[in-house]
Amino acid sequence: MADRLYELTAHELSDLIKSKQASAVEVAQSFVDRIDAVDERVKSYVTTTPELAIEQAKAVDDAIAHGEELGPLAGVPGAIKDNMNTRGVLTTCSSKILYNYKPIYNAAVVDRLATERVVTVGKTNLDEFAMGSSTENSGFFVTHNPWNLDKVPGGSSGGSAAAVAADECAFALGSDTGGSIRQPASFCGVVGMKPTYGRVSRYGLIAFASSLDQIGPLTKDVTDCALVMNAISGKDPCDATSLDVPVPDFTKSLVDNVKGLKIGVPKEFFAQGTDPDVEKAVREAIELLTSLGAEYKDTSMRSAGYGLPVYYIIAPAECSSNLARFDGVRYGLRSKDSSDVISMFNKTREEGFGAEVKQRIMIGTYALSAGYYDAYYLKAQKVRTLLRGEFEKAFEEFDVLITPTSPTVAFGIGELADDPFAMKLADVCTIPVNLAGIPAISLPCGYKNGLPIGLQIMAKGLDEETLLRVAYTFEQHTDYHKNKPKL
Amino acid sequence: MVEYEPVIGMEVHVELQTQSKMFCGCKVEFGGEPNTRCCPVCLGLPGSLPVVNKRAIELMTKTALALNCSIASQSIFHRKNYYYPDLPKNYQISQYDNPLGSNGYVEISAGGRHKKIAIRRVHMEEDAGKLLHQEGNKSHVDYNRSGVPLMEIVTMNPPPPGLDQIESAEEAREYLQRLRQILLYLGVSDVKMEEGSMRCEPNISIKPKGQVEFGTKTEIKNLNSFRAVYMGVEYELKRQEKVLRAGGRVVQETRRWDDSRSVTASMRSKEVEQEYRYFPEPDLVPMIFNDEWIDELHSTIPELPLEKINRFIESYSLPQADAEVLADTPELADFYDNCAKCSKDPKAVANWVTGEFLRLINATGTPVDATKLTPEHICSLLDLIDKGTINRNIAKTVFEEMFNSGKLPADIVKEKSLEQVTDTGAIEAAVDKVIAAHSAEVDRFRAGEEKLIGFFVGQVMRESKGKANPGVVNKLLKSKLAG
Ligand SMILES: [Zn+2]
Repeated sequence: MADRLYELTAHELSDLIKSKQASAVEVAQSFVDRIDAVDERVKSYVTTTPELAIEQAKAVDDAIAHGEELGPLAGVPGAIKDNMNTRGVLTTCSSKILYNYKPIYNAAVVDRLATERVVTVGKTNLDEFAMGSSTENSGFFVTHNPWNLDKVPGGSSGGSAAAVAADECAFALGSDTGGSIRQPASFCGVVGMKPTYGRVSRYGLIAFASSLDQIGPLTKDVTDCALVMNAISGKDPCDATSLDVPVPDFTKSLVDNVKGLKIGVPKEFFAQGTDPDVEKAVREAIELLTSLGAEYKDTSMRSAGYGLPVYYIIAPAECSSNLARFDGVRYGLRSKDSSDVISMFNKTREEGFGAEVKQRIMIGTYALSAGYYDAYYLKAQKVRTLLRGEFEKAFEEFDVLITPTSPTVAFGIGELADDPFAMKLADVCTIPVNLAGIPAISLPCGYKNGLPIGLQIMAKGLDEETLLRVAYTFEQHTDYHKNKPKL
Repeated sequence: MVEYEPVIGMEVHVELQTQSKMFCGCKVEFGGEPNTRCCPVCLGLPGSLPVVNKRAIELMTKTALALNCSIASQSIFHRKNYYYPDLPKNYQISQYDNPLGSNGYVEISAGGRHKKIAIRRVHMEEDAGKLLHQEGNKSHVDYNRSGVPLMEIVTMNPPPPGLDQIESAEEAREYLQRLRQILLYLGVSDVKMEEGSMRCEPNISIKPKGQVEFGTKTEIKNLNSFRAVYMGVEYELKRQEKVLRAGGRVVQETRRWDDSRSVTASMRSKEVEQEYRYFPEPDLVPMIFNDEWIDELHSTIPELPLEKINRFIESYSLPQADAEVLADTPELADFYDNCAKCSKDPKAVANWVTGEFLRLINATGTPVDATKLTPEHICSLLDLIDKGTINRNIAKTVFEEMFNSGKLPADIVKEKSLEQVTDTGAIEAAVDKVIAAHSAEVDRFRAGEEKLIGFFVGQVMRESKGKANPGVVNKLLKSKLAG
């Protein structure tokens, strides 16, 4: 048993640790060794924390020896996307501007995982400040897709998705602003959930677009997704936008039953550019669910087509303001050869930010400028309201909407580098979910040329339970989650 | 010759006296070692998020109500984006087109004229840190002040029908003083101009009399006292008039008041509108205000200065000037009010409080609410005078003694044997002694130099160590000198 612990899911590891068939230290060591063995090729991590992991694992073993009652994630190794603050541990957002930055406080989710006695093995790579869909925009290096090292893992939580797929952690946290959890989950063949906006505290998540950002889990199966959701959900008094609503026990939704479930299939999410093999896999998944008692109907969401342009106004606008604080005055990079404070600001930002980040800051600055605000930002907000209304209407009729997570499977590293628009199309199915603030999950539903295909299920606000139930049912009747890439 | 008339707008920033900062739990306090009252939120560290301080919103709503504003049923925060090293996020959380309070007024009277100065808006924002410039081209930043709740109160020019605008330096000062007084009464701020907890930036323009269109305005900064406000506005009005009369043009700019030279000097041009890229703060949710909450706050507003002055005039028959002095601060007004209530003669009390009491308060630097004197002290002192136990002059001595020691006046009088001497025999002896000792003055008096009576009274009082009843002294002297 002990030699391939890293291949197990979080709940399997938890069972072993609790029944003392494996110690938390053995488990942690197994993952540390696994990272040593494969991360040179996958490059999931910006920072690894093996000493910290072993130390945390020892504490878990001590607690178990003392007969302490521990939660289901105690001793389970997890990874954290490098845009979440970890006290005393480098937190870079994969940006040169935060090179060498060690925060003085933990993100709320990091504290919650610590309370659950999760063992943290490292910080995962991302597109700089979570802006991108391939992890190619990392200021440091590209992460490789474990299923095919020449392909991208998706993004921006590409490091987290690759780490889970490559068994470099039992689960990981990602953040999702326009698909940044679900799209890499899809590309890497793992489960990824973007919870309802406000379900999980954003305190300590380094903001990209505040009204869209949401933290969520990337896991090896749906059960683990429910366990991590239990650990990280709930009102945080430090985040005014976090919702003060009761958190259900999500493991109660792990039920194999979709009888009477009403599925809507909006045609706009299968638009031009969708790989026929992806569409086929998604349709087959829907058929499987109907064979299990669900009903489905094709439907239309007209404003979904505006998701992309609306997103590319709102997200850059918020990011242009959120990223203003990186100026070299207090932390992170400070350009050396500046003569006064203004040139220090300018040079620091010029040297510290990558091209994609700069482009978005410029678009956002423009969209918020006097004379353009009404035409861009305000109009985008209005369309966003329309889109939200359309989703609400759809959920009066349907329990869930099912679409592909991404129109394609993982593309090649460098393949879309010269075609930024095609790259942005990779998020066309995921972005409307963030704009509406609703939850969605992605889980593997097939392969093309050995690369995973992702199935996206959306539900109305705060109805993660239905998502988990449908995903769990699908998983019970398929084997996709059991397949592993060969590394 | 063209006559000019001024238009003066006032932008006042007030630091609210809350326990903690606007969006985090850090303590609000003046001074302190640099960067000792900071946290991830007020330092703008990556990932930190603001949470609205409810107390600050309460204090501000209370103020807006006291300034006769209407309260928005829903209000939101905006981000005001600009780069400055004292601004840790490089944006300030402020309010834009949806302020908490709007359309109010402050009543003033200046130069015998009564005015209602129109208020356009009262809104909430966060303060920035402080730049500390050091020798050798180095600067440091202290973020202790960063995130302190700041209330902005802006006047409306031109005012709506029925309300007025500020049109002179005197009115500008009066407006500020009245505003400060209201804020003190509400207990929302310590409003210290020297410490910067109340900052005012007037904007000033002049236009030919009768012209509707406003002239180009300048803004004055660095006005750290009411005197500076008066002088700065006055200076700027004259300067602009001089420029226009010489055929020049007023430049839209910010000017800095130089207190030592009593002039304003150009700081920076404001010809180009600063671009702040306001947009709704996505990290905060809208604030909803219901009527019950507003009513409840309304009920906590105390009697305000103008009401108090009017009551003092009506109930205690005080002259306007005395009532104004007594209502200056809520502490003084309460002190007087309590004394007046226990006394039969509120007017006499007012004389003692505005006279001896304030003299001693100022001379010793004692805050009114820290004095050892109670209404009982003052009232029993007045009783002693009434009963003739002591005379007015001795009473001043007793007052000072009780101010310093807190002893009751009767005890002081007894201890120091300060009882008034009304025994005619004893006074007569003193009078005789004085007359005998000053024959030259007696002759002059009898020759018609009647003002010498004061000299004789003084001599007799000295002889009696101040304790003689002045009435009796006068009477006896007059009859004896006449003889
Ligand atoms: Zn703070």
